[in-house]
Amino acid sequence: MTDASQTPDAVALTDVLPNPTPRDLLSKFDGLIAERQALLDTGVRDPFAIVMEEVLSPTLAIIQGRETILLGTYNYMGMTFDPDVVAAGKAALDRFGAGTTGSRVLNGTYQGHRECEDALREFYDMKSAIVFSTGYQANLGVISTLCAKGDYIILDADSHASIYDGCWLGNAEIVRFRHNSVADLDKRLGRLPVEAGKLVVLEGVYSMLGDIAPLKEMVAVAKKHGAMILCDEAHGMGFFGEHGRGVFEEAGVADDIDFVVGTFSKSVGTVGGFCVSNHPKFEVMRLVTRPYVFTASLPPSVVATAAASIRKLMHAGPKREHLWKNSRRLHQGLRDLGYTLGTPTAQSAIIAVMLPDQAITVAMWQGLLERGLYVNMARPPATPAGTFLLRCSLCAEHTDEQVDRILEAFAAAGQATGVLGQP
Amino acid sequence: MTSRQETFKKVAEQIEPFNKKQVALTEATSFAGDLEWDSLTVMDFVAAVEDEFDILITMNMQAEIETIGQLVDTIETLRNPA
Repeated sequence: MTDASQTPDAVALTDVLPNPTPRDLLSKFDGLIAERQALLDTGVRDPFAIVMEEVLSPTLAIIQGRETILLGTYNYMGMTFDPDVVAAGKAALDRFGAGTTGSRVLNGTYQGHRECEDALREFYDMKSAIVFSTGYQANLGVISTLCAKGDYIILDADSHASIYDGCWLGNAEIVRFRHNSVADLDKRLGRLPVEAGKLVVLEGVYSMLGDIAPLKEMVAVAKKHGAMILCDEAHGMGFFGEHGRGVFEEAGVADDIDFVVGTFSKSVGTVGGFCVSNHPKFEVMRLVTRPYVFTASLPPSVVATAAASIRKLMHAGPKREHLWKNSRRLHQGLRDLGYTLGTPTAQSAIIAVMLPDQAITVAMWQGLLERGLYVNMARPPATPAGTFLLRCSLCAEHTDEQVDRILEAFAAAGQATGVLGQP
Repeated sequence: MTSRQETFKKVAEQIEPFNKKQVALTEATSFAGDLEWDSLTVMDFVAAVEDEFDILITMNMQAEIETIGQLVDTIETLRNPA
């Protein structure tokens, strides 16, 4: 089709209209550009343009020359600087080189990719594990490939962008239910054709507010209507359940989940994504999943660090306990200061501080940064119900003393910006 | 009143709680342009309409619906499949 010989003879240069004005395709973002500029003109830093000049540990970095506590990294288990993990990566870099330059189905599967999938199968006690190049691609690939034209995907309204994008990449019918509402899920499943293929997509932890799903009830409803279930444990892996597999393990529904999707970029501490399953035909996904086939595989050093980290996470009891202690302490401390939080109790390692509008949220965010504390700022449309919030994600490596300093920063910045009343 | 008129009336009732600017509602009123709804408002409204009529309006269908008239047509079709 790109063969020059197929160009119609009738088209000549003289047929081109004189001085056609090209329509600027970027002008659709003029509103956003203006909004961002107006915000920056007030003198604040761009919350979405932070540079980590140096990273000292899972909990400390240098930002703008200042030592800063990291409270917005999803580095829940603090594995990024684990000596065994780093050593495994260095050894693989020396032995296998910087990258694979190829797809998993061609020249891009090395011994390390196999070992990483072995580690995942053991960690989850499942028959099959497929590693993708990112968590985003894992959702994109698995969801779009499982559900074809005529099938139905039923997803929570607050699902992560990778789940929505996985839906749009395929040809299935997409149905949403109200966030975490078991009754709403039940009603919508009940309106679907009985014989249709159905995939219910759930997340263990929802990453904006840090709330967890009522998986026991939702799984029961999905099974009642004959749906298969995919559970994304991106924010639950490492510290929920007896083996750290995720919220689904803690909820006691491991035998009823058909597919678990996860990521290496949070508790595992590197980058990559995966899906594990006991389905006897699951391996065929390697041949038919486009985001698996048509992209380069992870570098050998990355899968080596992931495998080492996953094996250590199997025996991370004390770290898990300390992470939960940190989360509960911060949640209680922020409530005591007078902040409104996304959940009534500490349900995960994410704590969302709810704020009234963009101006005050950016001011708080900057106030915290100036006091040596980095958190994530989140705004619509990423947030539920049009809310503005500061998202804190704790790490098992945060010391008790760092949690004290975090609370001090929140007290001072809250008073300086007027979010909190004067003491 | 025809079935379609009744459907329009019920849809208008469902729009009211979200009609912050008190826009007058006609067949041609558009959700994004006239009512200025964002995606989150659309989600809440669609859920309410689905429950009112005991139907499902998939996101695929929603992508094609821009005006109240188109929504009423879709509801009519879903309630009276050919």
